[in-house]
Amino acid sequence: MIFTFPHLGNTYIVAKAFLDDFNAQYIIPPFNTNKTLEIGSKYCSEANCLPFKLFVGNMLQASELGADAMLITGGCGPCKLGYFGEMLQKTADDIGINMELITLEVPDQGLKELNARVRKISGNTSFVNVVKVANSAKNVAIKIDNLERLMRIKRAREREKGSVDLIYRAFKNDIMKIKGSKNILEYIKLTENKLNDIKLNENANPLKIAVVGEIYTTIEPYANFELERILGNMGIEVERKVTVSDWIVNDMFRKGLHLPRDSSYVKASKAYLGRMVGGHTQHTIGNSVIHAQEGYDGIIHLYPLGCMPEIVSQAILPAIEEDHQIPIMTIIRDEMTGEAGFVTRLEAFVDLLKKRRGENIDGQSKLLYGY
Amino acid sequence: MIKVGIPRGLYYYKYSKLWETFFSELGAEVILSDKTNKNLLTDGANTCISEACLPIKIYFGHVMNLVGKVDIIFMPRFTSISKKQYICPEICGVPDMIKNSTKSLPRIIDTEINLRESNKNSWLAALRIGEFITRDRRKIKNAYKKALEAYRFERQILKSGVLTDEFMQDNVTLRMIKKRSTQFTVAVLGHCYTVYDSYINMELINKLRGYGFGVVTLDMLDYLESKLRCKELDKMLFWDYGTRAYGGVSQLIESGQVDGILVLTSFGCGVDSFVDELVEKKVRMESDIPFMKLVLDEHSAEAGFCTRLEAFVDMIIRRKTHDFYISTSR
Repeated sequence: MIFTFPHLGNTYIVAKAFLDDFNAQYIIPPFNTNKTLEIGSKYCSEANCLPFKLFVGNMLQASELGADAMLITGGCGPCKLGYFGEMLQKTADDIGINMELITLEVPDQGLKELNARVRKISGNTSFVNVVKVANSAKNVAIKIDNLERLMRIKRAREREKGSVDLIYRAFKNDIMKIKGSKNILEYIKLTENKLNDIKLNENANPLKIAVVGEIYTTIEPYANFELERILGNMGIEVERKVTVSDWIVNDMFRKGLHLPRDSSYVKASKAYLGRMVGGHTQHTIGNSVIHAQEGYDGIIHLYPLGCMPEIVSQAILPAIEEDHQIPIMTIIRDEMTGEAGFVTRLEAFVDLLKKRRGENIDGQSKLLYGY
Repeated sequence: MIKVGIPRGLYYYKYSKLWETFFSELGAEVILSDKTNKNLLTDGANTCISEACLPIKIYFGHVMNLVGKVDIIFMPRFTSISKKQYICPEICGVPDMIKNSTKSLPRIIDTEINLRESNKNSWLAALRIGEFITRDRRKIKNAYKKALEAYRFERQILKSGVLTDEFMQDNVTLRMIKKRSTQFTVAVLGHCYTVYDSYINMELINKLRGYGFGVVTLDMLDYLESKLRCKELDKMLFWDYGTRAYGGVSQLIESGQVDGILVLTSFGCGVDSFVDELVEKKVRMESDIPFMKLVLDEHSAEAGFCTRLEAFVDMIIRRKTHDFYISTSR
């Protein structure tokens, strides 16, 4: 079996570590481009959301390269993600490609079925080894997210523009050749050191913008036009609380083992959102409140067109904007691939934030809304 | 007497009898919002964010319509209406959307209704809702019992093929759809709030009746049977509507008694984007029943809608009378 998986930011490194440790054969699909989206949209009904279309694109491109099994994660919330596995399988069958979808979740049939699915990847290794590999994959995820966070901070302060991007490009290039979680972790450490050596602008006091919203659009650089890089190169520090490692730790491990989960965002969202409505709504609302209290200059809310849970968030965010006096801009991503319009909106938002900050220093606090 | 306002939107079209009986048994005066109309839709669309779907915007309009007329608005927080199933996230969050988009709302009954774990939660929800009106537990229990009876009775009638006419909007309580005596029968699939709200769907059901067609809706099909039939999927659908629609279509195909299947969906409905695709594939693969999907949004141009419907109707009639059985549907 030759495995593949859909792209979600740097998750491919985690998946790579996971599959390497099992000595499984796999193919990393080409990174998301307009072509991926084009292929995906061709085989999907128009009402499907962007992540699904890109998943289909990834699946087809990987299939061309010889993959015949795709790993995805699942769920059973009201959000559509929980049904992606089945729909992808149906789409694959309809197109007529040979692809088996393996959903890594606890299915209706119970843990035995999950075990059987994991066995397809792991072969005949011992249970202890499976746990070990899963754990080291989790560690890779955490380290990668830390690396990304470090990059966001350095990018806003670097003395020579583009030094972070240079290191990151080299990292992306080299990581493909490195095998196994141990080596990957080492290489991440090395890159971290390189980043720490970058000369920084000591008295920089960058604007701080937080990104909230649907997990796929906020993390996948293609889906948000590399928002973090664009803002970072404008000299802005970007923060995003929803990460892959956070998802793996809280939603896969802790939830599965019934351990207490990080729920600060749930508490913060209580005043606006009565309870869970699926997707990342609670994260979006809760984290927006937390960010506002932490003194961020602005918040950008991202989601793909037709994402049901985030529509609920969007309706609630103006209340937070007003209560906490923080500008929030909602950007909805669809199949339109015009980057310039997106950048224009970002620039306008950033100008607004700069103006606000300037006015605050002069002792005025005029509220300007984010849209 | 306390005035309880019930917005005539979303799950009202399913639980009208239950809610009305419950509140009037408790001794409250039930006030319904107006029937859906153009002004109401405009009001709703102005208050609501533009990305939300049509039924949600209309629900906003219904709530706005009640403001000022009532002491308390009944706007329950639905999470699940049957075991192991969810409903659409937008409906889960609609009370919060409304609370955070408008000011000057009266008191709100926003008790959570969650039957995902156990059906007993329905009684607990009723108890909590009842406590907004009265402290008398016995009274609540009685009202709950009566409401359930009334609801079940209505469901039974619905199942036998009779449609409670527009939910008694015109003082005609029940009207028969002559399901058996008509020559043609069309199944209309969709969420209860699109199928039964005659403004949203531009009087689709009346129009079909006008053509002499009988109508079958999902409420006339057996839910437990539908649930059973969904087992053929590798993973059970976790949306209530999905289970009803997929299982329902499976029943319809097997019975062979419908001459056409119409699917109503509102633009941007996330649940439908998956469910309708599954349903359409199933119909096209396993039968030669004509299938048409109608997408509804705020544009209320009726002519285009009528043209499509007429074409569909003509095609069904021609197919049967000419007995070609050559499908013109694809």
